[in-house]
Amino acid sequence: MQQGKASIQFEQPVRIISRASVGSKKEKEGPLGQLIDYIDEDPKFGKNTWEEAESQMQFLAAQKAIEKAGISQNKIRYIFAGDLLGQNIATSFGIMNLNIPLFGLYGACSTMGESLSLGAMTMNAGYADYVICMTSSHFASAEKEFRYPLEYGNQRPFSATWTVTGSGAVVLGKEGGMVEVKGITTGQVIDYGIKDSMNMGAAMAPAAADTIYHNFTDFNISPDYYDKIITGDLGYIGQTALIDLLKKKGYDISKVHTDCGIEIYDGETQDTHAGGSGCGCSAVTLCSYILKQMEERKWKRVLFVPTGALLSTVSFNEGQSIPGIAHAVMLETVN
Amino acid sequence: MENITENQKKEYEAYIKQITPTHNTVVNVAKAFAVGGTICLIGQILLTVFQNQGMDKEIAGAWTLVCLIALTVLLTGFNVFSKIVKFGGAGALVPITGFANSVAAPAIEYKKEGQVFGIGCKIFTISGPVILYGIFSSFVLGVGYLILQWLGWIS
Repeated sequence: MQQGKASIQFEQPVRIISRASVGSKKEKEGPLGQLIDYIDEDPKFGKNTWEEAESQMQFLAAQKAIEKAGISQNKIRYIFAGDLLGQNIATSFGIMNLNIPLFGLYGACSTMGESLSLGAMTMNAGYADYVICMTSSHFASAEKEFRYPLEYGNQRPFSATWTVTGSGAVVLGKEGGMVEVKGITTGQVIDYGIKDSMNMGAAMAPAAADTIYHNFTDFNISPDYYDKIITGDLGYIGQTALIDLLKKKGYDISKVHTDCGIEIYDGETQDTHAGGSGCGCSAVTLCSYILKQMEERKWKRVLFVPTGALLSTVSFNEGQSIPGIAHAVMLETVN
Repeated sequence: MENITENQKKEYEAYIKQITPTHNTVVNVAKAFAVGGTICLIGQILLTVFQNQGMDKEIAGAWTLVCLIALTVLLTGFNVFSKIVKFGGAGALVPITGFANSVAAPAIEYKKEGQVFGIGCKIFTISGPVILYGIFSSFVLGVGYLILQWLGWIS
């Protein structure tokens, strides 16, 4: 059912029936380390290049999620997946051997929200019995794609984030599992003119604020409807900006808000500055921590809002500012 | 939300600047001084040692540079140099060590993409501008020098 300006409320039950997360050394050393399903301390995951390593993480995450769902692979009708690399190569090469039809997505670091949204819509429409929603990022491949070669010496400002090396995958089904996808609010591209690519949180906060605002107005709810509102990778500066932006709109989310980028690393000891980032940041946090908290009934209603910065090195060099996007997914535990 | 005006953008930019923490300049300068000074000290020791072995100043200087570059390339390969820069910032980047690192790092990273399209095309992605504009500015200065000579203003 269409809801308000940008939202959908699902009539059919769409459930998260299994979840799997993959990470590497730094993720293991972080606060969520014990919750991640598969850790390989070798950042290359036994492969030759960073890109192949990222593909391998997606393969492992998908495989693990299918295994945990307890269904056979050929029952899965579609994969909705994407990553940060040019032309989505981590996804294409990673899922090639699964022999499952693919919708390749690009939503920068918001891809987990986009894939969950489209997966749930497909399920609700009855076009699939099972789908996989998945994404990944890799610190080294992202540095190479967007910044400098790894061994190049430079100083990161405090506003910089640390790209998560990891992948998260969920299987959506009609029955089983303890968490339901209730609805979605799809984000629009929002640009407040931030040009500092080392301050992504600031660039994405207005998009997150816009999507969360529309979620409230479309469903006619207030922040206390949720036990948690969890953005993707705004980090500390983005969090401050988001809370202030929504306060101006008349909503105080400071009591229920947290951010995957803040949860996944320990900023004090891990030298990650503003927090974690990348597609893998929200995906790994969702699949290791958020869904677990919900399964243990610590949280009943969660608004999961992965955030993405829609820049490329070309747009950046040509002097364009950094637009943001955020997709909200309403998660609720099943009684 | 309605369309964002230029004023709102400016306001947001100022607001973000205000909430973003920055590095302490005094501490950073002190660290850069210590690291840069140490590198120069190593250079001076090398130079003196070479001169004491009977090299003239120019040859000894060249060998000093070669040693500093080779050392940086080694440290880059062992992933130590980026840690030195993280601490010392410009202190490690401004001497020739920074230039050596900016050439060695892409060579390592892009090796996977092949000798030609990887290392060949991308080795100067960071140092390229320094090389291009360094050579270009010496050309401009050279032309200026030539003109001044023609005019008889300098000999």
